[in-house]
Amino acid sequence: MGADVLTSAVVYLAAAVICVPIAKKLGMGSVLGYILAGILIGPFVLRFVGEEGQSIMHFAEFGVVMMLFLVGLELEPKQMWAMRKSIAGLGAGQTLITTAVFLVAGVALGFSWQASLALGMALAMSSTAIVLQSLKEKGMMQTPAGQASFAVLLFQDIAVIPILAILPVLATQAPTHLNEDHSSLLDGLPGWISTLAVFGAVVAVVLLGRFVIVPLLRLMAKTRMREMFTAASLLIVFGIAALMAVVGLSPALGTFLAGVVLANSEFKHELESDIEPFKGLLLGLFFLAVGASINFELIAQQPVKVFAYVVCIVFIKGIILAVLGRVFKLGGKEGAVFSIGLSQVGEFAFVIFSFVAQLSILNQAEIDLMMAVVALSMTVTPLLFLVHEQVILPRIRSNPKPKPAADKIDAQHPVVIAGFSHFGSTVGRFLRAHGVNATILDNDPDRVDLLRKMGFQVFYGDATRLDLLESAKVGEAKLFISAIDDLDVNHQLAETMQKHFPHVDVMFRARNRYDAYELMDSGVQAIYRESIDTSIRLAVDALVKLGKRRYSAYRAGQNFLRYDEAALRKLMTERHDMEQYIIKAKAAIALQEELLRNDRQISFDADDHAWDSEIMRKVVEEQSGNSPASSSKQN
Amino acid sequence: MANRVLILFAHPRLEHSRVNQRLWQHIPDRPEISRVDLYDLYPDYNIDVVREQELLTQHDIIVWMHPFYWYSAPPLMKQWIDRVLEFGWAYGPGGNALQGKFFFNAITTGGAETAYQPEGHNRYTINEYLRPFEQTARLCKATYLPPHAVQGTHRLLEEEIQQAALRFQSLLHQLVDASSASLQACATHNRLPSIIH
Repeated sequence: MGADVLTSAVVYLAAAVICVPIAKKLGMGSVLGYILAGILIGPFVLRFVGEEGQSIMHFAEFGVVMMLFLVGLELEPKQMWAMRKSIAGLGAGQTLITTAVFLVAGVALGFSWQASLALGMALAMSSTAIVLQSLKEKGMMQTPAGQASFAVLLFQDIAVIPILAILPVLATQAPTHLNEDHSSLLDGLPGWISTLAVFGAVVAVVLLGRFVIVPLLRLMAKTRMREMFTAASLLIVFGIAALMAVVGLSPALGTFLAGVVLANSEFKHELESDIEPFKGLLLGLFFLAVGASINFELIAQQPVKVFAYVVCIVFIKGIILAVLGRVFKLGGKEGAVFSIGLSQVGEFAFVIFSFVAQLSILNQAEIDLMMAVVALSMTVTPLLFLVHEQVILPRIRSNPKPKPAADKIDAQHPVVIAGFSHFGSTVGRFLRAHGVNATILDNDPDRVDLLRKMGFQVFYGDATRLDLLESAKVGEAKLFISAIDDLDVNHQLAETMQKHFPHVDVMFRARNRYDAYELMDSGVQAIYRESIDTSIRLAVDALVKLGKRRYSAYRAGQNFLRYDEAALRKLMTERHDMEQYIIKAKAAIALQEELLRNDRQISFDADDHAWDSEIMRKVVEEQSGNSPASSSKQN
Repeated sequence: MANRVLILFAHPRLEHSRVNQRLWQHIPDRPEISRVDLYDLYPDYNIDVVREQELLTQHDIIVWMHPFYWYSAPPLMKQWIDRVLEFGWAYGPGGNALQGKFFFNAITTGGAETAYQPEGHNRYTINEYLRPFEQTARLCKATYLPPHAVQGTHRLLEEEIQQAALRFQSLLHQLVDASSASLQACATHNRLPSIIH
């Protein structure tokens, strides 16, 4: 048996280690990589994994619980409260409308209304694991689409409670036996008691977070044993999940709540770093299991039916999401991400279906078919994202939004700013405060709308496109500022500017010194590294806190900045010698080393000796008398 | 051989000045004359000592051009003096870099010349107030020439400002062409004469 576990571990880990990096390299994202790996080792290809795929999936679902705990940690109660409208509006809208549509569709296809309702509720659910993992990987959690998706997922998690309560009512025959997994202590008690218990559990989680967990973590931190802290972190997650299971609440919801409660605690980051690897592995395992559980035999038997179901379900869900997104004012790109992201059927459908099977609402053949459909729909999502990013987005970008009438060019501004995020908007605000108006190029449609309403002259689109630059009249501006952090974009911009508008002065933002080197390579002179001034300011204040006089620290900072700029240009030439390093990171380390070595040879208040009397005192000592010079300066 | 003139200019708010801006604009555009707008070059007071010292060695006559704030120069000019005129370079043992050069102040004062008299409300003359500059030049083994001053600027009319600017322009042209002896001869005056013989 030990050997069995070892073999499976080797199989799963090897599949992940091989497939995921390849998938990422091909731009598919890790989710699709895991699913493909699962298919590969599953019963229909390499047969490393048999029918146990389903049970592994139930185990690996705990990754979702951990993920929601982590999401909760990122979300402070204040933010959570601010989301209440989208949770109630978007979430309820999505769940109810989708359920209703599938209910009607089910009845139309000849299912009983009970079966149709069960189907509808199952199909309305989306996959928290796939959506959140994909959005996180794309760095989109904080975007409006990410927030909206999260709100919907949260509502679905809450909706699970009434759904599980309704299902037994739908049973047309007496249930063969009650599902052991989902029976809780509260079964058979009157409704108001279970309602009370649910509220009690929520309050308990909040109180536990405040008054038990934090002191417990403090205690663990004092033991100074890393693994005890990890054990405590896991205990929190498992403990709350268990508590939730007792009262019949979704464990994911409970741990999410606990995460929110702990978001303000001093242990936020330790908890994150402790849980993160477990979550990652379990989620990976979950995606693997999804892949392994796809029943290809069934698909081979009725390919048309299965694929028709998948296409219809994903399409209907997507349309409903798109409409809701529109209603809730998600812009074009955001709306697309939102509706693609949530268009699959979630892992919770597996749970509902197994429940449904026990209650004999649907027969086994129908259930098996739906299971395959659900797993396939999960596989479709990363594929849709891929298509969206590689095919659709570039097309949308290539057509700058049809310009509304308000977009008339009334005045030619002396400055054009590309990119209006935090960096660019600070530049723009400062200039505007001094009576300098700027034309702004940005590729975030929502921001463009907002800025237009604020009276800015804004062009939507990809700043590297010549036609956009031309319609923004860059050629007539004095100054072109790129406040974009993406190096590739800046590269292209620098080239385009040099080629087509060589007379316009350019200023470029660079993320760091390596980006600065690259930009210098393409001939840009005015490069502004985004963190250098801030980090020096921090370091200067640090010296002050350590007792150095403020002006000396400030002078040292000034000199360091000047020296660092000079070093940037000096190392620029040496950098080319370092191209022997094939691995970029290696070259970066070599550069860092060179920098540090040079730093040691330089004293940053070296040329301030004019303010010191040390040299003069030495001369006076040597002459052992009065020199006229020494009398001019004294301590 | 023509003298090379270096104008070191310190005015924190040139764009709002009436007189200094005009004077600055009338500095002759010729290769013998260089100008450094200190507040434009060193807004952070972080003066590049090496660069400034190189400039000094390349010139024969150095002009400290500034408005007369609180009986002295704006602080960046003092910062320049503190940092650039280094011990062992400008003065002290081996500090001979400025030997034989000429220094003078070109200033503007709000108060009229009559205010800068023992009986005026400023009680001392411009020359007395400029003693620290005079001694600074002296310590650096350079010759300090009497100042060029445009005074009573608050009451100057547009034409008068223009005339003052043209006088300054002509002075700078003459300085380029003046012989060392005629410059030495100026040292006895209270003000730089309008015609240098």
